[in-house]
Formats: sequence, structure tokens, C-alpha cells
Amino acid sequence: MEVGEQRRVRATAWGGGESPFAVPWPKLMMWLFLLSDALTFAALLSGYGAMRLTSGAWPRQADFFNITAVVGPMTFILICSSATMAVAVGAARRGDRRLVTRFLGLTILGGLAFLGMQAFEWTSFIREGARLTGWVGHAEGIPPMFPATFFVITGFHGGHVTSGVIYLIIKALQAARGRFSGETIEVAGLYWHFVDLVWVFIFTLLYLI
Amino acid sequence: MTEGTGAAHGGGRWYQTYVVTWVWLLLFTVIEIGAVALRLERALLVSLLLVLSLMKAALIVAYFMHLRYERLNLVYLVLTPLILIAALVGGVVPDALNAFHLRR
Repeated sequence: MEVGEQRRVRATAWGGGESPFAVPWPKLMMWLFLLSDALTFAALLSGYGAMRLTSGAWPRQADFFNITAVVGPMTFILICSSATMAVAVGAARRGDRRLVTRFLGLTILGGLAFLGMQAFEWTSFIREGARLTGWVGHAEGIPPMFPATFFVITGFHGGHVTSGVIYLIIKALQAARGRFSGETIEVAGLYWHFVDLVWVFIFTLLYLI
Repeated sequence: MTEGTGAAHGGGRWYQTYVVTWVWLLLFTVIEIGAVALRLERALLVSLLLVLSLMKAALIVAYFMHLRYERLNLVYLVLTPLILIAALVGGVVPDALNAFHLRR
């Protein structure tokens, strides 16, 4: 008992101690996972940058994607769902079951709307002749890396959104039955905000620049 | 895990910080889309867009993911590996830019 007390007193933030990061372990593990995931996306996006710079002519994105009517609203929806997620986390910390369930539901709706619009966008892009490995039909001057990087990066991100929606549906069903804690909802929130964070860079690098 | 680590410090409702962050994120996005629509000069546009997206990312990490309110240990744990991303970009970009200028 006394030894334990002493150790706690002597443990500084850098000295290891009992909880050097002062967070519960699921949250620490989620942060570590998100870091590795961030590095994966960084690799994909810098690969995209290298492909784009080295392939000579790159098409104007506005010729293929509707920024103001589809991609812009997708971005707005994802930001809004991130905000509703943040409110759900705050409500979970306060133990407000109804508010948690409602805002998790709104977040899920946002995620589903985003996925629906992405499916629409993929469909119209494929109809124009884009394929994972190149272009079908009138292909003059369009580098095959244009559709390839687009499908790989948005697909990888869309997969993250899909798993996030499934994750949040499970959490919302649990919350509706009163099984939730500030901690579990916060960990789910970290994942969801990260998906939004990655989209910030995909939106800028793939669609705007 | 109650009020102490919450996002809303100081006065106001507990969700106030989230609303403010949300408004700024939307505003930055509008500026981004507007800058593209205005057809700014290319170098200016690219640097503006990169700065704005880094600012959006910082807002999300600091306030939505509460990193601002975590212990400094965790902040360092999260931010130091980003050096690897800088190294990756720094390794790839000069080579790619070289090829880009040769192609022109």
C-alpha cells in the first residue's frame, strides 16, 4: 500500500507511472490506430500527387465531377455529421440517453447520405468510361492514373465511411437500450472525426486543386 | 470523464464550442469552393487551398477530437509521427516536380 502510494507520487508525466497519457486504454488504442491509418492515407495521397505531376496533362476535374452540386454538398454533409457526432459525445458524457441516440442517428443519416452521393458520383464516372485501370472509349489524352487514383483513394475513404456507419449503428442500438458510456461514444467519435479529417484532404487534393 | 475534460470551457452552453467549430469548418469550405470558382492564379490558389485544409484539419483534431484538452504526452504522441508524413512528401515531391518540369 505504502509502496504503491510512493510510486504514484513519484511518477511524472514522462516517467511512465500508472497512466502516462491520462486516457482510458480504448481511447489510446483508437488514437494509435488512427495514426497508422493517417500514414496510409498520406501514402495514398502523396502517391497520387507524384502520379499527377509526372503524368503530364491532367484533366480538369470540373469536366467530370460536379463540384457545386454533388461534391460540395457531400463535404457539407460530412462536416455536419462530424458536428452531430461531437454533440453525441458531449451528450454521452452527460449521460443523456435520448440525446445520444438522436444525434448518433443524425450522424448515421449523414454518413448514409454521403455514401449515396458517392455511389451516384462513381456511377456517372463509370458511365463516362472510367475504369480502375484506365479508360474505355474516347480516351485521348486522359492518363489512366486519373481514374485509377480516384477510385483507389475515394474507395478507400468510402470503405472507412461504410465501416464507420456500421460502427455507429451498433453504438446507436446499444445507446437506445441504455448501454453506453462517455468513453465508448467518444472512441467511436474519434474514428468518425478522422474520416471527416481525411475527406478534408481528399476534397482539396482530388477535386479542387 | 465528466465536465472537466469537456469541450466547453468558460461560459456558454456545453455544445457552444462544437457549433463554433462547425461554422468555421463550413466557412472555410465555402471559401475553398469560392476560390476555385474565382479562378485565382494557380500558385496562389494551390497554396491558399493547402493552408485552408490544414486549418480545417487542425480545427477538427483540436476541438472535435478534443486533442486540445488532452495531456501534453498524448498530444506529442499524436503529432510527432506526422514528421513521417513530412518526410514522405519531402522525398516524393522534388522528384515529381522535376519530372513535371521536364514534361513541359
